[in-house]
Amino acid sequence: MESYVNLFVKSIFIENMVFAYFLGMCSYLAVSKAVKTAIGLGGAVIFVLSITVPINFLLDSYLLKPGALSWLSPEYENLDLSFLSFIMFIAVIASMVQLVEMIVEKFSPELYGALGIFLPLIAVNCAILGGSLFMQQKDFSGVFESSIYGLGSGVGFFLAIVAIAAIREKIAYSNIPAPLRGLGITFIITGLMAIGFMSFMGIKL
Amino acid sequence: MSKKLKQTPKKSLFFINKNTEPLFSKKNRALLSDPLDDNNPITVQVLGICSALAITVQLKPAIVMTLSVIAVMGASNVIVSVLRNLIPNRIRIIVQLVVVASLVALVDQILKAFAYDVYKQLSIFIGLIITNCIVMGRLEAFALGNGVWKSFLDGVGNAAGYGFILILVAFFRELLGSGKLYGYQVIPEAIYELGYENNGLMLLSPMALITVGIFIWIQRARNRKLIEKN
Repeated sequence: MESYVNLFVKSIFIENMVFAYFLGMCSYLAVSKAVKTAIGLGGAVIFVLSITVPINFLLDSYLLKPGALSWLSPEYENLDLSFLSFIMFIAVIASMVQLVEMIVEKFSPELYGALGIFLPLIAVNCAILGGSLFMQQKDFSGVFESSIYGLGSGVGFFLAIVAIAAIREKIAYSNIPAPLRGLGITFIITGLMAIGFMSFMGIKL
Repeated sequence: MSKKLKQTPKKSLFFINKNTEPLFSKKNRALLSDPLDDNNPITVQVLGICSALAITVQLKPAIVMTLSVIAVMGASNVIVSVLRNLIPNRIRIIVQLVVVASLVALVDQILKAFAYDVYKQLSIFIGLIITNCIVMGRLEAFALGNGVWKSFLDGVGNAAGYGFILILVAFFRELLGSGKLYGYQVIPEAIYELGYENNGLMLLSPMALITVGIFIWIQRARNRKLIEKN
């Protein structure tokens, strides 16, 4: 149990998707002008990451890993399908996003109204595919562990995007050199926030 | 009568345009050169930043990444542009993703075979070319609505604009951070003996963001029409 909590905290703060790996930067910069939309996108990312990472984990361990197909028949022990992992992962993500969109539209029109525009955008969010690729490198022991990792990375992205949106809402009133306004200052602030997040690196979990 | 007059020149103009536009006409050259400055994917369109920052500690991985992205974007723009009238609108994102993913898998295997040390350094970032927003963004915005040759130029131009920033950032980070360029020592020993020290902060990832921020500042100070209102 303790190791799960450790993994959760680690994936939020120490291995933060945005500040430690710069994943999901595109939507992070494009959709962070207001806190409200940032919360919408962050929520959708948490949702999709915690669904796709465990699915891709199952796919990876029963289909793609070297020797993963041995449950079918001992002949396949030497088969290595890992070169297919990009296509499989992205297909799972794209179809999951479509599926989630349809389900949400059917059962919760309010949530759909809030997330609606962002859901299709998420299929091409680097943080989602990045989550699955890191999962592949990390050799998790089970489905539950990988879904904790997915949830944690999603929460990390949510925190980052809401924080930058709050800062950008305030900074609109300050007197910044004209060429630096907008994108430039956002980059520099993100850099400073990333330096702040580096202080978590000293924590050993 | 007047209607007829109006119509004929229009038609002939269209006719001439279609038949005699050279391969590198002014418009086509602009497709290639615009993304380098005025319409740069990273500093103006805000696309493809994820990978731009993580792999710019040294020049070598940045150059390999640039070449991979140029190859993937040129090829995927051509393929999607050829298929653009066959792809049903509802599933176009999945189709595009599959095209891009198979090209990236190809690049991945080639790098693994011929440049294993760089492949190890780039780790998951080769895979992340698939979701590099530049690729998807240009496919959506350009290749789905334009001819094959133009899409090819647009793809290569945007990938080059992306690579330009990548290599620039990597140049400064490697030079100031470790005194090397492409792995070779360029700052002579004599200067170190005078008390010069490498700036270790440049090697940390947050400095990539700040470096790009400064480039944006310089670019917009030079090119005032890019300045944002707020």
